[in-house]
Amino acid sequence: MIAIVDYGVGNLFSLAGSLSFLGLPNQITADPETLRQAERIILPGVGAFGDAAEKLRASGLGELVCREAERGKPLLGICLGMQLLLEKSYEYGEHRGLGLIPGEICPLEADLDPAAGLKVPHIGWNSLRIRKKEPLFKYVEEGDHVYYVHSYYAKNCGRDTLVASMYGVEVTGAVGRDNVYGTQFHPEKSGTVGLSILRAFSEL
Amino acid sequence: MISKRIIPCLDVRDGRVVKGRNFLGIQDVADPVELARLYNEAGADELVFYDITATVEGRGLFTDVLRDVARQIFIPLTVGGGINSLEDFDRVLKCGADKVSVNSGAIRTPGLIDQAARRYGNQCVVLSMDVKRVNGRFHVFSRGGREDTGMDALDWAAEGQDRGAGELVVNSIDTDGVKDGFDLEMLDAVAARVSIPIIASGGAGNMAHFAELFKHPGVDAGLAASIFHYGEVAIGDLKDYLAEAGVPMRRPGRR
Repeated sequence: MIAIVDYGVGNLFSLAGSLSFLGLPNQITADPETLRQAERIILPGVGAFGDAAEKLRASGLGELVCREAERGKPLLGICLGMQLLLEKSYEYGEHRGLGLIPGEICPLEADLDPAAGLKVPHIGWNSLRIRKKEPLFKYVEEGDHVYYVHSYYAKNCGRDTLVASMYGVEVTGAVGRDNVYGTQFHPEKSGTVGLSILRAFSEL
Repeated sequence: MISKRIIPCLDVRDGRVVKGRNFLGIQDVADPVELARLYNEAGADELVFYDITATVEGRGLFTDVLRDVARQIFIPLTVGGGINSLEDFDRVLKCGADKVSVNSGAIRTPGLIDQAARRYGNQCVVLSMDVKRVNGRFHVFSRGGREDTGMDALDWAAEGQDRGAGELVVNSIDTDGVKDGFDLEMLDAVAARVSIPIIASGGAGNMAHFAELFKHPGVDAGLAASIFHYGEVAIGDLKDYLAEAGVPMRRPGRR
């Protein structure tokens, strides 16, 4: 069973729906025992980093997710959930993340050339460049498109960057270290490519 | 590289897809769930559903359709039509919508944009506007294009962005249903005033109209209904044609 962590941020309908569509048992839950028993955990999220980080801290779910990951359980953060895996974010102040993967979350706008006319948020389908072929992307080919919606992006993830997309700058598309993974894009909204990533996660 | 988006729009009344010419002469076309599946397989980048039902029963049928689509199609889904309150946002988001498009409801209560953006995030709020030329200016029309609000469309677009809309659907009443091309003059004028993504609507009649549209860098996506419903243009062919013309396109199954 894949547990989807419910800590009060975002719409989890599509994520649960896409797992069910793939025939993968899943449960949206905030229950510590259910999370401990799950074979895999997905940390979703939309909204502001500081708010979400505080909710994870206050509920104790952040600590629980870290402990389960340290025991070797596959963990996948999606969008804001991926950002929360990193060390810190500069979205409206400075906030600490879970620190499972090195790197920081910075405003995209500050790094774009104003003359390029690129809009923020970065919304839409962008193609992937594969930096490091990991099992999570075993069904994905260079140039496949995935769906992004975000205004802040991960930097300085070093060797843990798995895929990236170009949007004026190189936007970190996914990170991974041991059994901990995160995607900036939404696999549950990225058509068959996205579904293949969720399937690969279930096979880790 | 980010690709330009092709978005079919499904007007739904009492659970069925319809499309009018200049908003009139509505005709039944197809089952929305089946059509959504076909569009997804053909490579549509998003789907937009407008609920044009007026009755409570119709609303119920619409959310049933939405739930069915969201269970089997995993690309972004936008829902509009009859969105007047946060409760309306909540109702469609719970059925699987990713974005909610506001039009007349936001004209009546502009604060709805701010409230929804705060609660659900800017990415969730799409401001949709029906625009028509009146005495050399662009006016916003409400109630499905029937009523001139007298509001300046460019000012309204900028206000919508400031209040927290994450994307803008700009529908030209002058070109809608005429199939003579998008309203490029109007789209350029809007693009000069906002920095959020713009989805162009109204006037697509053939593939060349889309190629012309995407020569305007301020436009991020093209939306159309009837040419796709009636099979006049197949989405897969359109994407091949545009990619050939140098427009960045997502083509599932082709890299």
